[in-house]
Amino acid sequence: MDLIADHISHRFGALDVLDGVSFTVRAGEIVAIVGPSGCGKSTLLSILGGLLRPAAGGAELRGAAPAGSLNPLTFVFQDFALLPWNTVEENVAFPLLHTSLSAGERRAVIDDALRRTGLTDFRAAYPKQLSGGMRQRVGIARALAVRPAILLMDEPLSALDSQTRELLMEDFVRLLADGAMGAVYVTHNLEEAVRLADRVVVLSRRPGRIREIVTIPMTRAERGTADARGPMAALQSELWSLIRKEAIDAEREVQHA
Amino acid sequence: MLDRAPQDAKDQSAEATRPVAFRGAGFTPSGSRHAGWIALALVIAVWQLAGSAGWVNPLFLPAPSAIAVAITKLAMSGALWQHLSWSIMRIGAGWIIGTAAGIIVGFAIGLSTMARGVGITFISALFPIPKIALLPLLILWLGIGEEPKIATIALGVFFSTAISVYSGVDAVPRNLIRMAQSFNVPFHAIVRRVIWPGALPSILAGFRITASVALLLVVSAEMIGAQYGIGAFVLQAGNLMQTDQLLAGVVILSLFGLVVGKLINLLETRLLHWR
Repeated sequence: MDLIADHISHRFGALDVLDGVSFTVRAGEIVAIVGPSGCGKSTLLSILGGLLRPAAGGAELRGAAPAGSLNPLTFVFQDFALLPWNTVEENVAFPLLHTSLSAGERRAVIDDALRRTGLTDFRAAYPKQLSGGMRQRVGIARALAVRPAILLMDEPLSALDSQTRELLMEDFVRLLADGAMGAVYVTHNLEEAVRLADRVVVLSRRPGRIREIVTIPMTRAERGTADARGPMAALQSELWSLIRKEAIDAEREVQHA
Repeated sequence: MLDRAPQDAKDQSAEATRPVAFRGAGFTPSGSRHAGWIALALVIAVWQLAGSAGWVNPLFLPAPSAIAVAITKLAMSGALWQHLSWSIMRIGAGWIIGTAAGIIVGFAIGLSTMARGVGITFISALFPIPKIALLPLLILWLGIGEEPKIATIALGVFFSTAISVYSGVDAVPRNLIRMAQSFNVPFHAIVRRVIWPGALPSILAGFRITASVALLLVVSAEMIGAQYGIGAFVLQAGNLMQTDQLLAGVVILSLFGLVVGKLINLLETRLLHWR
């Protein structure tokens, strides 16, 4: 299943946020979206996921969802968005309660999602009892439970400390390795973008327009090797050079607002 | 390869050291379990001493022992249960009607643009009116039976409940609602599984306020027009200068308030254990 951003424009009141953004996320592909603060990355993701109606253009799907997918476009949120009154297991079960799955199928799906995210031993815990990294794992398990075609990840690691980010990044690489799921990965962090994505969409400062789409010239498996460090650092540096001036301008704009 | 440095805890300089002064004390009050009860017992003891020693006129302030005797006599005669049962019936009926209506209207205001536009205007206009002032009007409308008293309590409870419910609905984090929408969870399920539990802390805090409002209004309504009820009993005792009985009624009201507060605490512990 492909996800197409078709000339998406959006404004909040008099403020133009996005201007004619178009690109395609092909089945199994990981596309990172980077850009200066306030360029409309998260707004774009909300529009792609159907949570926000754009002022012009739109998001489209092409092709059928994979068999058994209960929610082809599934979000992983920056702030985890866990229900604090539910246990880990209940949070993972939440999106399944109103599906056609039988109780037995539901249990199997929940068990599988908890196992894949290393949460089996924490199923009875409440979110307040978990660290930030574990909470995000619950968010990921909940997303995996509905067997998405494309994960929409809105800075999923930005609320975490650097060590936890590193561990979760390894989880993302592992979970997305087989190419069964695609992803749109919004991030400020260029290292994450280069490490995870097949292509990186670079947005300009507000109103966000596509400045460049950079293809990462290595397979995801190759990026895990020591030989890849140099080329990846060079790519990161290239992306930073595309963003740097606008990031400085955007920061000054925010400070003067 | 990591170049590891030696782990020397303190260098061997000859200069004298001094401890860093602690500056983090205070601003963390914690409740003492027994202090409140000890203070209450002390006040009662001093009060009893003042009464026994004849420092105060028992007509104006009877000693705690006299109040205890009055309560015992009331209980033995059956009058206590008669008055208390009428008050509980009025509070219970008024609170349930007001709470049910307040929850329905509060949710409507919290979830519907049209209901919000209309509802908040009406609530803002009517909430500040002292509800006891409406009792004569309610007597005209509903007669001189129990209905106007129950309606007065229900009105007082309704407004506070509606406000606490829609405030609670407004306070439910929007990201949780968006999360549920992103999984195509139906509207009714979002209300039941996200908004209701999210608004519950505010709703239960509202219960605490409405319990006090109901107690206040039942006493006022019973003082205006009732033969039985704790409010009527307190008024009759005052009229007959039976201050021991009057204060017995006040103590019963205080105990009633405490019991209701404890019940709400239990409800909070049970329903908000996740906090």
